[in-house]
Amino acid sequence: MNDIWEGIVQALQLVYTLNPDLIEISVRSLKVTLSALALSAIIALPLAAVLAVKRFKFRRTIIALLNALMGLPPVVVGLLVYILLSRSGPFGVLDLLYTTTAMVIAQTIIITPLITSIAHQSLRELWSEYHDLLISMNTSHSQRIKTLLWDARRALLTASLAGFGRAIGEVGAIMVVGGNIDNATRVLTTAIALETSKGDFALALALGFVLILIAVVLNLGTHWLSKTESEGRW
Amino acid sequence: MIKLFKLLLITLPFFCATTSFSDSVKLAVTTSFNNSGLSDILLPQIKSDTGLNIKLLVVGTGQAMRLGAAGDVDAILVHSPIAEENFIASGYGSHRREIMYNDYVIIGPRWDPANVRSSENVQEAFGSINRTSATFISRGDDSGTHKMELMLWKSSNFNPDDFGEWYKSVGSGMGASLNIGASLGAYILTDRASWLNFQNKSDLEILFQGDKLLFNQYSFIPINPIRHKHVKYKWTKKLENWLTSKTAEIMINSYKIDGQALFQFNAN
Amino acid sequence: MFPLIAENLVVEFKGQRILGPIGLNLSKGDIAVILGPNGSGKTTLLKSLHGIIKIKHGAISWSCPKSESMAKQMFVFQSPVMLRRSVFENLTYPLTLCKTPKAEINRLADEWVSRISLKEVIHIAATRLSRGEKQKLALARALITKPEMLFLDEPTASLDGKTTLEIEKLLQNCAENGTTIMMSTHDIGQAKRLAKNILFLNKGKLESTQPAQTFFREPMSNNASKFIAGDIVE
Repeated sequence: MNDIWEGIVQALQLVYTLNPDLIEISVRSLKVTLSALALSAIIALPLAAVLAVKRFKFRRTIIALLNALMGLPPVVVGLLVYILLSRSGPFGVLDLLYTTTAMVIAQTIIITPLITSIAHQSLRELWSEYHDLLISMNTSHSQRIKTLLWDARRALLTASLAGFGRAIGEVGAIMVVGGNIDNATRVLTTAIALETSKGDFALALALGFVLILIAVVLNLGTHWLSKTESEGRW
Repeated sequence: MIKLFKLLLITLPFFCATTSFSDSVKLAVTTSFNNSGLSDILLPQIKSDTGLNIKLLVVGTGQAMRLGAAGDVDAILVHSPIAEENFIASGYGSHRREIMYNDYVIIGPRWDPANVRSSENVQEAFGSINRTSATFISRGDDSGTHKMELMLWKSSNFNPDDFGEWYKSVGSGMGASLNIGASLGAYILTDRASWLNFQNKSDLEILFQGDKLLFNQYSFIPINPIRHKHVKYKWTKKLENWLTSKTAEIMINSYKIDGQALFQFNAN
Repeated sequence: MFPLIAENLVVEFKGQRILGPIGLNLSKGDIAVILGPNGSGKTTLLKSLHGIIKIKHGAISWSCPKSESMAKQMFVFQSPVMLRRSVFENLTYPLTLCKTPKAEINRLADEWVSRISLKEVIHIAATRLSRGEKQKLALARALITKPEMLFLDEPTASLDGKTTLEIEKLLQNCAENGTTIMMSTHDIGQAKRLAKNILFLNKGKLESTQPAQTFFREPMSNNASKFIAGDIVE
């Protein structure tokens, strides 16, 4: 219990004094996760819309596959990406291993199925509501997708935040492809892992509390900016 | 909602993850080496003396050799002489340069159920642990420390495959393994440097040391440029020269925790 | 695009025939009202003529290519389908689909929102309107692009008298302006007020097609007589 209290105190100290190491790894954490989120959203949201709207042969298979991929252990994804980016691997010449880019790639792969799945659920529901109307109005596939994506934007935001949560707390994959290199690829979660392995539990907890704080602030900020709770707005 | 999108668009360029690794050397080192805290002291000095940016990857010996073989790092610093010889014989490493040594110690709970304290040599210590089925933590990760531990069991005529539940193979780095040992009050083999720098000692203390079998040699191996053309061979040469220099000797020998020196420089 | 001709139209659902075979002919300027007991297939007939339900056998043909005919028809559903947007955005949605210039959109929106007396609530979320208001909005949305053909499925079912009257006025108005109308209703009075021709449907079969006055004076089928008299038709 002492460690927890110490951790809280240390967390407050680190934040209050704007500790430069803390700021460096926090900014890097956000850079990596938000980049992954942006990339993921660009792939996942339109994909979810297409899956909701178009009828084609392998639709159900793809949806089942996506749901299954959500349960993929992140460290496995990390290993696969490592093998691909390794110098002995197919994309070795790109020299991406142990860079934040590799971490973004790994995290994008991890969260895309999650965001797609959750978004697809909401879009499917909305599509069943709009189905007759949009078909009656002779809309093209892309018009339908645009309409769905816009009208479901709050649910899509929730899906994206779920992806953010998964990514910001992830440590297995980015440890493998990033290497937790000091001043280069160290982020909050890998730093926590390192301090834990050194036995410095108080510092590890402190970093953990900072991570939680960042996630909470981001979530609150997003909801406030999009005025999710205000009356009568979709 | 529009506001949010606009904000995202404006800040997007800042979120583009950057990578710039042009003048840096990727060095894979063992957790034992890093957990000692020595790298935190050496790296800044290396930077100012040679201008080299050392990107340190802290992994187990097994993984370090795997990365070296794949050409994903430029050099490795490990402590497993037999595996190292194989590594060089297979053509992955160009040569082996001894840098420093320390020793392994047997850590255990204060109350010492296996009476390791009174052992004359390491075989007796290990024998007592086996006989009393005292909880023992093994690294289990093919690291230098793990290989040493297995070798010690073998030299005492034991086969870990036959051990019961008291023998716990945790498959983790030095620090993580020590954590488990601390919370279980178990025996564990560790290098002295990692132990001195470990911050969660709890009820554990050094119960046995000094046997010459516990000698632990750290060596530097550059990756063979013939095997992997892209490795920064000129810079690993520079690094090697620094690690075997007078400055390195002074810094390594004077690195102390609680008045105890962690490593002994022995490069020539 | 007229006349609309249906030949041997058959619709099945789960292997069971629910409509047909039906043959009919709809000419420009007609106001055709489909009467019939519940479950007789009125909705199915309307939706299949409009093209949003697949037909099993038979043919539906307009005298112009399909792409043209789809663009010139609109459908008002029994339960109004509102997009999760404001009244204004719902009303002008069809105009945005055909990329109407902004000034024109605003002008038409102004005109129509006054006609359906929803000017005060023009920026409120459409889902918050009463059922009657939603149905008026759905009708205005259908008419804002000046379609040549308008299908309506029991548009005033469960609406109060005032709203029903408003809607009927709008329909008469748009018929005068050249829109051809085909609608179903339960309300015999409404049929009397609006129809030029009556199609009597029972158990999926078109039992009679007669001009309105003739239908009410001398219905061709016995079931029609029973229906007009208010008896239950089995």
